[in-house]
Parts: sequence; C-alpha cells; structure tokens
Amino acid sequence: MIPLSHYLIVAAILFSIAVAGIFINRKNLIVLLMCIELMLLAVNLNFIAFSWYLHDLAGQVFVFFILTVAAAEAAIGLAILVVLFRNRRSINVIDLDDMKG
Amino acid sequence: MALPLAKQFALMVPELFLLGMICAILVIDVFLKNSQRNVTYWLSQFSLLITGILVLTMNPGERITGFDGAFVSDPFSVLLKLFVVGITIAVFVYSRPYMRDRELFRGEYFVLGLAGVLGMMVLISAHSLLTIYLGLELMSLALYAMVAFQRDSGRASEAAMKYFVLGALASGLLLYGMSILYGLTGSLDITRIAINLAHSPHPEVAVGLAVVFIVSGVAFKLGAVPFHMWIPDVYEGAPTSVTLYMGSVTKIAAFAMVIRLLAEALPSAHIHWGGMLELLIVLSLAVGNVIAIAQTSIKRMLAYSTISHVGFVFMGVFAGTDAGYAAATYYVLVYALMSAGAFGMIALLSRKGFEAENIEDFKGLNQRSPWLAFMMLLIMFSMAGIPPTVGFYAKLVVLQAVVQVDQPWLALYAVIMSVIGAFYYLRVVKFMYFDKVEEVVPVRLKLDAGILMSFNGLALLALGMFPSVLMVYCTAAAGGL
Repeated sequence: MIPLSHYLIVAAILFSIAVAGIFINRKNLIVLLMCIELMLLAVNLNFIAFSWYLHDLAGQVFVFFILTVAAAEAAIGLAILVVLFRNRRSINVIDLDDMKG
Repeated sequence: MALPLAKQFALMVPELFLLGMICAILVIDVFLKNSQRNVTYWLSQFSLLITGILVLTMNPGERITGFDGAFVSDPFSVLLKLFVVGITIAVFVYSRPYMRDRELFRGEYFVLGLAGVLGMMVLISAHSLLTIYLGLELMSLALYAMVAFQRDSGRASEAAMKYFVLGALASGLLLYGMSILYGLTGSLDITRIAINLAHSPHPEVAVGLAVVFIVSGVAFKLGAVPFHMWIPDVYEGAPTSVTLYMGSVTKIAAFAMVIRLLAEALPSAHIHWGGMLELLIVLSLAVGNVIAIAQTSIKRMLAYSTISHVGFVFMGVFAGTDAGYAAATYYVLVYALMSAGAFGMIALLSRKGFEAENIEDFKGLNQRSPWLAFMMLLIMFSMAGIPPTVGFYAKLVVLQAVVQVDQPWLALYAVIMSVIGAFYYLRVVKFMYFDKVEEVVPVRLKLDAGILMSFNGLALLALGMFPSVLMVYCTAAAGGL
C-alpha cells in the first residue's frame, strides 16, 4: 500500500511546479492558465489523499466543488484572454507593461 | 443539536432572495432596449434595499449555525452584511452618471455587482472551509469580469488579466493551506478545527505550514505587502465605477474571511500567524504610505493608501483580543465608507471624455463646487486620521488594542507612518483650496448622487464626533464570535 506521505510529496511537487511556472514564465499567458489549473489539481490530490487516509468523505466533496469552480475560473480567464488579444494583438506576458507594477 | 430545516433556511433568506433577484434581473435585462437600462438599475437598487431589510428582520440576535455548521448568522455577520449592502447601494448611485457618459451603462455591471454582493454575503456568513472558498470565488469571479467589462480598453483588460492570475494564485495558496488544515484536523468545520487544534497534539511544523499558506492567501486578497503588486495596477486600469466597487465593499468581505480563518479557526496558532501579521503590518504601513507620496494619479495614490489601511486592519487582528477584533471591524467598516466616498468623488468629477484621475484634476475644486470640495476635505481628513473625523477614532482604537497587548513600539511605528501618510492626503486638500485654475468648469451633479455624497461625507464627521454609535455594535460583534 502506498503511504500517505508519497501522495503529499507528489502534491507538493506539483504545487511547487505550478507556482514556479507562474513566476518564471515570461512568454505565454496560456501557460499561466495551465499553471493555475495544475495548482488546483495539486490541492485536489492533497484533499483526496487526506480524505482516504482519514476515512472522511468531506474532503472528496470539497474536491468536486474545486473542480467545478476551476472550470468556471478557466472560462473567465480565457474570456479575459480573448478580450486582451483583441486589444493588444498579443498574449505575451512581457507585453503587459502599460502600467508600471 | 440540529435545527429544523425551515429554521436553517430562514438563516439565509436574504441570500436566497438576492439570488432569485439576480436571476430575474439577468433575464429581464436581456429584453430591455439600451434606453431602458434604468429599469435594471432600479431593480438592482430595489433588490439591495430589500436584501438589507431582510438581513435586519431575519437577524436572530444571537449566534446560530445551520447546515451542519457550514453557515452562521451572528451579530458580526449581520453588521458586516448591512454595511456591504448599504455601501453597494451608494456605489451604484455614484457609478450611474459615470457609466452613462462612457457608454458602459449596461446590465452586466449590475448583475455582476449583485453576484459579487451575494458572494460577499456567503463569505461573511461562512463557517466551514468549503463555504469560505465558495463565497470567495463567487465574489472574485464577479470581480474579474467586472474589471474586464470595458471591452475596448487595453488598460482594463490588462488589469483584469493581472488581477485574474494573481487572484487565482491567491486562491490556490489559500486552498493548499486549507487542505493541510483538513488533513491535520479531519474536519472542514471551523469550530471543530479550532477545538481539534487546541486539544490534540499536532506537529508544529505542519500547523505552521498551513498557517503560512492561509495567511499568504488572505494577504493577497486584501493586498498587504509583499502581496500587493496587483492593487495599484488593477485600481488604475479598471473603470472608476469598478474600482469604486472593489475598493470599498470587497475589503469588508475579505476582512470577514480573515476573522473566520485566523480568529475563529486558528486562535490556538496565534504564535504562528501573529509573527507573520507583524511583518505584513510593518511592510504595508511603510510601502503604502511612502510610495503613495510619489504618485501623480489619484487612483494609484488611493491604491497605495488602501495598502496602508490594510496594515491598520491587520494590526487590530494581530492583537488577537476581543478589543482588537472590534477595533479592526470598526476600522474596516469606516475604511469602506471613506473609500466609497473618495472613489465616488473621482467618478462624480469625471465627465464625458474626461477622467478626473490625476491629483492635478482636483485643483481649484473649491472654486468649482465648494460643497464637494468640503466633502472631499472630510474624506481626506478622515483617511489621514485627523480629528474630529472618524478616521482618527478608528486609528485610535486599533492603536489602543495593540498597546494593550504590550506592543507599544508597533503602535509608535504606526503613528509615525500615519504622519508621513498625512502628507499626501493634505496635498489633495491643498490642491483643492489653495491652487487656482483659470478656467472654472462648473460641476454637473445629479441630485441623488449629490445627496448621497453629502450623507457619506457628513457621516464621517458625525461618526467622528459620536464614535460609540458604531463601536457598540462592533464590540457586540466581536464578543459574539
């Protein structure tokens, strides 16, 4: 049987990759959206591992909600991306420099 | 002890009513011509008004939890919801002329605004990690869309993208913290988490890790340094009517989340989050107040001022006592009132083809409209914390709470930073009263917006003279947590 710690380590690695991706990525906004999805999936893995370990269903219910909200979030993210592309003709992260910040 | 189902639903009647009205307005708006858009506006105002009345009448007057502890109604939630609803009404009034001049007067703004209010109300009443997450996301998703809704503006869409990415990152951090918390305690319910953490031994490292992620998540949402990068850009890029909305009411809801997570779920981990908050406070006060001096855009200036006010709110939470929570509640409510007034003023002074977004645009306001200049004076004095406005008292109670827990140096530091911060608020006053303009453009003001702005400004003065009127409720709210 796979111990709990293995799941947690995988989730932590996925989460770190996602956060690193958000900060390091300077090229494409779509990759950024993918990183956000990856982050949420890492959290899901955590929740499911704990839920299985604790024999408690609440964690798995939470995962369903996270999946649903993630879908809504992706829809809004892509919609903003389309608006941005229409105005800018570019989805490069480095081009987002109209405002200093 | 489980309440009967009808009683549980009675707790969330205001939310259910608002949800129904959102769906109805969404459908009605589709059938309206552009010239009839006022119908949407009045329907939205009507639903907010009724929601506010329902919050008052359904108020149980004590702490009741329903739906297996997922939803709570207590004096704290009632107070905050009333402010959210009331300030949103003001926000809609201020933003109507602004949006009409820019051909932004569309139904989406109101529907999304109401959906955001629904999210905030759920967040304020949330009593399990799941409801906190759902309320937060409902609020945030509405906000992302609102920032982007000026579709032909490059700046607005850039601001929306930045807000979206950083907001999603914040939700991710918060969720990761929640998952660790769930793993440690085996429950999503806030009361059970608090009891479990206090009574059974847990590895300190794991608790610390959960706290780190949760605090970073909420700091992102509220915009405390070092998680503040998005605030100036989003405030500047979004249409002023949206900045007005997200600069005022959302802070109340985000504050409710801080209280539910830190004060209610993790009181036993105060050692962990106290230190982190201290760092956030010191950095926020410094960055907010010092960088604001260098700004020429008033929206950016107010964005940095938000950051420093968030530092003050966190100071009340940092104290970790009932007095501290009451002080922080008082501060955040007063702040929402002030920032609604300040951003509302920017929206009211803008006209077709002209944005009053530079501090220079306030030059000679006293010549153009002495009354509005006086209102802006009250708002700026209140933000700077000059008596007899309420901003002074709000700062005072927060500092008191911090001194009571033996952190006088933090209070001293906050006072010094406020004095530095007073400079840029007073500069606006100087521009309004002592700088003359050659060409005096009179201000056209709608009656409703004028009355509400007067009420808003005078409320800051009146609350400053009789601060206990509101403080009583804040103390009761913090006592009932």
